[in-house]
Amino acid sequence: MIETPLISLRGVVKVYGSGPTAFQALKGIDLDIMARDFVAVMGPSGSGKSTTMNILGCLDVPTSGTFLFHGHHVEQLDRDQRALLRRRHFGFVFQGFNLLARTNALENVELPLLYRGDPKAQRREMAMAALDKVGLKDWWDHTPGELSGGQQQRVAIARAIVTEPTVLLADEPTGNLDTERSIEIMELLTDLNTNSGITVLMVTHEAEMAAFAHTIVHFRDGLVDRIEAGHNGVVQDGKAPA
Amino acid sequence: MLGTIFMLALRSIRRHLLRSFLTILGIVIGVSAVVSMVTLGKATTAAVQEQISALGTNILQIRPGQGFGRGGGGSAPQNFKPDDVTAIQQQIGGVVAVAPQAQTSATAIYEGANWSTTVNGTTDAYFKVQPWPLKSGRTFSTAEEKAGKAVCIIGSTVEKNLFRNTDALDKRFRVGGISCDVIGTLTTRGQAGFGGDQDDVVIMPIKTVQRRFTGSTDIRMILVGVDQAYATSQVQTTLTSLLRERRHITGDKEDDFNIFDTKQISDTLTGTTTLLTRIVAAVAAISLVVGGIGIMNIMLVSVTERTREIGIRLAIGAVASEVLMQFLVEAVVLSCIGGIIGLLLAQLVIAAATPLMQVPWTFDPQINLFAFLISAAIGVVFGYFPARRAAGLNPIDALRHE
Repeated sequence: MIETPLISLRGVVKVYGSGPTAFQALKGIDLDIMARDFVAVMGPSGSGKSTTMNILGCLDVPTSGTFLFHGHHVEQLDRDQRALLRRRHFGFVFQGFNLLARTNALENVELPLLYRGDPKAQRREMAMAALDKVGLKDWWDHTPGELSGGQQQRVAIARAIVTEPTVLLADEPTGNLDTERSIEIMELLTDLNTNSGITVLMVTHEAEMAAFAHTIVHFRDGLVDRIEAGHNGVVQDGKAPA
Repeated sequence: MLGTIFMLALRSIRRHLLRSFLTILGIVIGVSAVVSMVTLGKATTAAVQEQISALGTNILQIRPGQGFGRGGGGSAPQNFKPDDVTAIQQQIGGVVAVAPQAQTSATAIYEGANWSTTVNGTTDAYFKVQPWPLKSGRTFSTAEEKAGKAVCIIGSTVEKNLFRNTDALDKRFRVGGISCDVIGTLTTRGQAGFGGDQDDVVIMPIKTVQRRFTGSTDIRMILVGVDQAYATSQVQTTLTSLLRERRHITGDKEDDFNIFDTKQISDTLTGTTTLLTRIVAAVAAISLVVGGIGIMNIMLVSVTERTREIGIRLAIGAVASEVLMQFLVEAVVLSCIGGIIGLLLAQLVIAAATPLMQVPWTFDPQINLFAFLISAAIGVVFGYFPARRAAGLNPIDALRHE
């Protein structure tokens, strides 16, 4: 039996603007992503990788084409339905961390649970568990201003995984970090992928980071250029790829 | 869900204390202005009414001259004579009592204490015209009035200052050049409508005052008590024509006396203070609206400043209505906090102003509740636009916002 993909894009086109100034960011993307995959998306600026990520994260809708998630047509959902889909199935990690300022780590991590309407005790427990998973249990009462870049990104990851999402979308998660912190973050993502079964989609510029993935998708001029395998195996031996 | 949104709003307010304080300042000032102005205005109206009703209702005051402060212009108008009082008593219908008054001031002395006061000469009718109960003793007898005896009834201020804590009844004290027996003491009446202390008075038979103090039979004022069944305006008209005749004022010459109807004064003053209360309340209400616009301004700035935060919330899975509710609740909570602080501030203002304005301290639950509800409504109205703007943001753009 052939496994159906978790995510399936068919002929996805995205056009910004209209008339003579219209700009075609995606020119017909076909892409399948299997559950539990670890996908790195690479490509030069303007190649359409961010637009694709926005569509995959249900933050944006394609101009035409279909987007199947678990067999459901996401492109037909309205704004609020997509918000509810994000709430249930997606976790986001951004290059700029995007934590709420003057809000401690625990409250930041609790935020998605708040929107889900979980009771306080359960929120607290789940948020602490997520912080524990990223190794910041003892830092729960620190605000982003009191944390290093690497720690902030780990809080952001805790926030993304606290709802136990199906998919974790990471937009250049290591873009603002030095190599050592970057590798720590990649190891964390690999661990979540391997041990928690979360499908990870990650945009990156750095080949070194992309090498942690199982699958690397290269974008060029609004199209998928080529797909290759990563060196994920090396990481499982506990060493960073050369 | 609303509980959660409420908590989010409180957290956000707590995190931006200074900004929150500045946001609500307008509401605080607006609410406290409205509440304190309206309360003080009402207290003033009530005080004016009380003072005027203390003068007694259904009373006509007749004085020589052409009215308040309009003296001068030729020779001084002549005072009334005892014949005028008799004429009024005999010729005007609907009159309960007519009390002439002759006033002077004198120093009262008793056992080393001395007190400068007003000596008011009148008749027993004075106590029939207006309600002013005695605390002890009695009023003048007809014999005392006719003979011009040195007997007096004293007001509570005189009693307090001259006799301290001893019983004043049947004591003899000196006032002006004469010795006088206290035959009665009066209950406290309070401040008069126009400043003076009504209790600072020594009341004697009018003949005594005329003989021993003023040296003439002139009467400075006549109080006329009107029967409840008669309209004061009608009595006023017949009084005017009688006095014009007696004072030889003919044709279209102006009266050289004036008749005040206390009820009319009461109505006029009440109307004036009510109008003034409304005007200051309207001005204060404008400041409340300005306060609301202040909330909208800061909320709009806050939406712009927190664009990224809104983006994060949307990306995490907040639906538009939740973001809208969060900002709306935030605005309403802020304006309600502002309203509550405003109410408390208003009570302080009222407590501080009432002794200065010599009006009683009052608490008007209606205006307090009304002002609070208005402040909440302001939060809804002026919070809605910024909140809708926040909810309408595109999460991708919001996240990219610097």
